[in-house]
Amino acid sequence: MADHGSFEHTSADTDVHAMGEVHEHPTWKQYKWVALILTLITVVEVWVYYTPFQNSPLFVPVLLVMSAVKFAIVVLFYMHLKYDHKLFKALFTGPLIIAMSTLLALMLVFGKFSGR
Amino acid sequence: MATAVASHAHPPTSTGLDHRKIAIWAFIGSECMLFASLISTYLIYKGRNVVGPFPHEACNPPMCATALKPILNIPVTSFSTFVLLMSSLAMVLALAAVENKGKPGYEGLLGSSKFWLLVTAILGTTFLGCQAYEFTSFVHEGLTIRTNLFGSTFFTLTGFHGAHVTAGVLWLLTLLAIDMKRGLEPKDALLVDISALYWHFVDVVWIAIFTLVYLIK
Repeated sequence: MADHGSFEHTSADTDVHAMGEVHEHPTWKQYKWVALILTLITVVEVWVYYTPFQNSPLFVPVLLVMSAVKFAIVVLFYMHLKYDHKLFKALFTGPLIIAMSTLLALMLVFGKFSGR
Repeated sequence: MATAVASHAHPPTSTGLDHRKIAIWAFIGSECMLFASLISTYLIYKGRNVVGPFPHEACNPPMCATALKPILNIPVTSFSTFVLLMSSLAMVLALAAVENKGKPGYEGLLGSSKFWLLVTAILGTTFLGCQAYEFTSFVHEGLTIRTNLFGSTFFTLTGFHGAHVTAGVLWLLTLLAIDMKRGLEPKDALLVDISALYWHFVDVVWIAIFTLVYLIK
């Protein structure tokens, strides 16, 4: 078994919930790494905000990518969607795709991509 | 691998999945659309203010009666973002503590669901405190929900998010009260799992808001 520090998982990577639903969860060690990565990305986001890079055309795309990575990490590891049933994945990603499409369509309709 | 145990009162379902967990994911899906509509509104009206204060730019006369600084306070919001991210870590540890109660390696404070639920609630309350400070300072600097388009869309978006965090904190405190009264056991893990999903969702919404509202000029 891998060393998970003082908070060692034994057979806890697999859990049984009500209805006999069995799924894996990340280990304590993985949770620590996820928290560290999220913190580091947040630090980089704020640091970039205060540097001359904020005037670069790449500033917005870079921030959006970092935000998307944080979003995905929380959903996959903290919300356990990486390990969960495909119905839950569909229930989340379906509305998320509709929401993102609506957001982009509204911005297009209101000319936010036309530079006005 | 552990085997299925269906000794709970909840009746079997056609999907084999607990209805409560399906319901929370469906709810989270609908919440995605709610927050997308609020974020869309904010982005559509961004940069179309006729009067100040402005989020990222200074406002000088004659557009403003007096010279005003950019109103967003990035250091305070960065701190509250970090606090909310750490609350998500505390929440997964609370869930792990409930799921693994009594197992080796889960003794002491680190295996205490009460401790981690309390930490999550405190961090959530700290986030709300930062938001209250931000809102109050904005009002003192002359930005209310009626001042301009930025004020209307900003307070609506972040206010809705703050209301969700408040509901989450109340939910966490309810779980903590149950844990104090009779103790949360592994059979109760689903109750904590559902609240954790809601809490993490509130966190991911803030991840989007922090970038789109606070960092992108």
